[in-house]
Amino acid sequence: MSNQPLLKINNLQAGVEGRAILKGINLDINAGEVHAIMGPNGSGKSTLASVIAGREGYEILGGEIVFKGEDLMDMEADERAHLGLFLAFQYPVEIPGVNTTYFLKSAINETRKARGEKELDAVEFLKFIKTKAKLLDLPEDFLKRSLNVGFSGGEKKRNEIFQMAALEPVMAVLDETDSGLDIDALKVVANGVNQLRSPETAQLVITHYQRLLDYIVPDVVHVLHDGRIIKTGPKELAHELEDKGYDWVIKEAAQPA
Amino acid sequence: MTETAQITESDPWLEAFEATEHNEANAPAWLIPFRKAGLAQYAKTGLPTLRDEDWRFTNIDPVRQTTFKLPDVGNSLSEDALRSIPFPFKGGNATRIVFLDGYFQDHLSDVDSLPDSVTAMSLKEAVRREDLGLEKHLGQYTYQNDNPFAALNAAFFQDGLYLHIPKNLEVEKPIHIIHVSSGTENRSSFARCLIHAEKFSKCTLLESYHALSDGAYLSVPTTEFVIEEEARIEHIKVQDESRQAFHMASIYAWVGRSAHFHSHYLSTGSRINRNNIRTKLDGEGLECVLNGLYLADQDQLADNHMIVDHSKPHCDSHEYFNGILDDRARGVFHGRILVQQIAQKTDAKQTNKNLLLSDEATADTKPQLEIYADDVKCTHGATIGQLDDEAIYYLRTRGVPKAVAQRMLVHAFAGEIIDRIQHDAIREELDGLVWNRLEKFKHFQTATTV
Repeated sequence: MSNQPLLKINNLQAGVEGRAILKGINLDINAGEVHAIMGPNGSGKSTLASVIAGREGYEILGGEIVFKGEDLMDMEADERAHLGLFLAFQYPVEIPGVNTTYFLKSAINETRKARGEKELDAVEFLKFIKTKAKLLDLPEDFLKRSLNVGFSGGEKKRNEIFQMAALEPVMAVLDETDSGLDIDALKVVANGVNQLRSPETAQLVITHYQRLLDYIVPDVVHVLHDGRIIKTGPKELAHELEDKGYDWVIKEAAQPA
Repeated sequence: MTETAQITESDPWLEAFEATEHNEANAPAWLIPFRKAGLAQYAKTGLPTLRDEDWRFTNIDPVRQTTFKLPDVGNSLSEDALRSIPFPFKGGNATRIVFLDGYFQDHLSDVDSLPDSVTAMSLKEAVRREDLGLEKHLGQYTYQNDNPFAALNAAFFQDGLYLHIPKNLEVEKPIHIIHVSSGTENRSSFARCLIHAEKFSKCTLLESYHALSDGAYLSVPTTEFVIEEEARIEHIKVQDESRQAFHMASIYAWVGRSAHFHSHYLSTGSRINRNNIRTKLDGEGLECVLNGLYLADQDQLADNHMIVDHSKPHCDSHEYFNGILDDRARGVFHGRILVQQIAQKTDAKQTNKNLLLSDEATADTKPQLEIYADDVKCTHGATIGQLDDEAIYYLRTRGVPKAVAQRMLVHAFAGEIIDRIQHDAIREELDGLVWNRLEKFKHFQTATTV
């Protein structure tokens, strides 16, 4: 094993229509770690998640993202997924007419194919997916419905975590998965993430609130503001932010070092 | 308002009618006047132009500019020729009734396997059978004023199908009406079907249109339904004619009290396709569903034009039409829900969605409500759009490649219509057919190679 971080973001600058949103992000995440990114609205949290996942429409103005030693910038979103990256959406998309089981079978088998693994046949797949559904305490009718259509906000988030569990990513990015969830749903989400934790995997939890971090305990907490990480600290930093807000960090960062 | 085009002396259809010997053997006395009335109706307007409100988006100049010949009488379709056609539900369990250029093909039809009480026969023969009393029904449900092609059919039809399902009978096997065009260049055909379902009867009808070769011919079918009270009819029309052909169809349905009429329209073939659908909801508490999917690419034009006439209270009607258009194809939808003053408690819904897979494809859509009653629930809507980028991105983040994601979304869009077909085996068959056709679209050909 190399000592290289699992995910290495180096001076990443990105924007939309000529407007810079990320202004030089540096972030190293090692295998086995959970990182949290917190920050006020408009600080660039979701943009960071989108750029990592490979959303089209962003201009990359500089820097690099290296995942498992490979440069992500030239890869499409699906290729990144095949490499073991997963993004849980803040607002999962409703896709009428696309059955959840059918979709997941395609996602899992396309990923297996890309990795040179044998595709699962119908029986193997169903067995596999039912185990995963049970793990997340999902009703089986979930699998028969159109992807996210008619789901409540909480159900959509649970579906994200369910897909994450099924795809078994090396690196999961959760974009405000906790927002809008009640405490029970939050525990389900946290439980799903914690089950993925291992010395080989890492998780990046983007959140607005410290609440989720009581259940997914991070190793490192970063504060994102105006497209830059302005403070990095241990898990206690999250509590401090919850109590005191962001202003003091922003002021502190504005002081010349 | 409909603008009346001045018909010229040299109209080929009027000339063709003049040239026809109207001494049809054993024809009933009412038949010649029936034809003449059709021709007179046609003569009032001639073929429609873009100035005609009902044809504003459908340019039929290629039809106007061609002189079509009437079909040869007595041509016979061989079993091998029929087998060579990739018609749907080939391996399915159905009673087949076959036509060539509108003429009944006795030797290829297994009408004898139908229950004895069902009458299924050549229309040519049926009009000559006084005991069947066809003049009471034939042409009685048409709205001839609205459609010159239906008028031409009345003037020129020679043969077709008469199907009568008696009271209380549930026909178990679907009846598959297979219309084959010889596909000869400049040939026209005027198939006519009269389908009469008596009270409490039930039947699934698959009606499909195909060609033996890909000439620029003209197909002008008229299908009339009489659906009596409490009858349940599921009708599935598949139009898969030659890519050079013109398919100008008229469908009329009179629906009675508490009946269910579900009518599906899948259009994949022909250069210009027009389904002129008129349903008269003439009994309380009935349900009428018109459900269409049109796939068009290259220079195809697919036009669905319908009027749902709510003439009694407490009726439900739904029209769902989805179009998938690629290349330079055009989709046209014109749907009018007409709610008469007496038709209180009408529940009517109408949607038309168009998916454009290329920059050059176009869709014209005109959903309309015309309501004279005051206690009704009517909604309508239309969309024209491309594949949802957000959905594609979402699927890709889960490892689904772009080309697969696009297919999933298109399949889902087609599925909104196909899934409404109630007959399981036919639904599965058509799902496969749709998929097969879409795969040939330029959009997917190029998407695969990227």
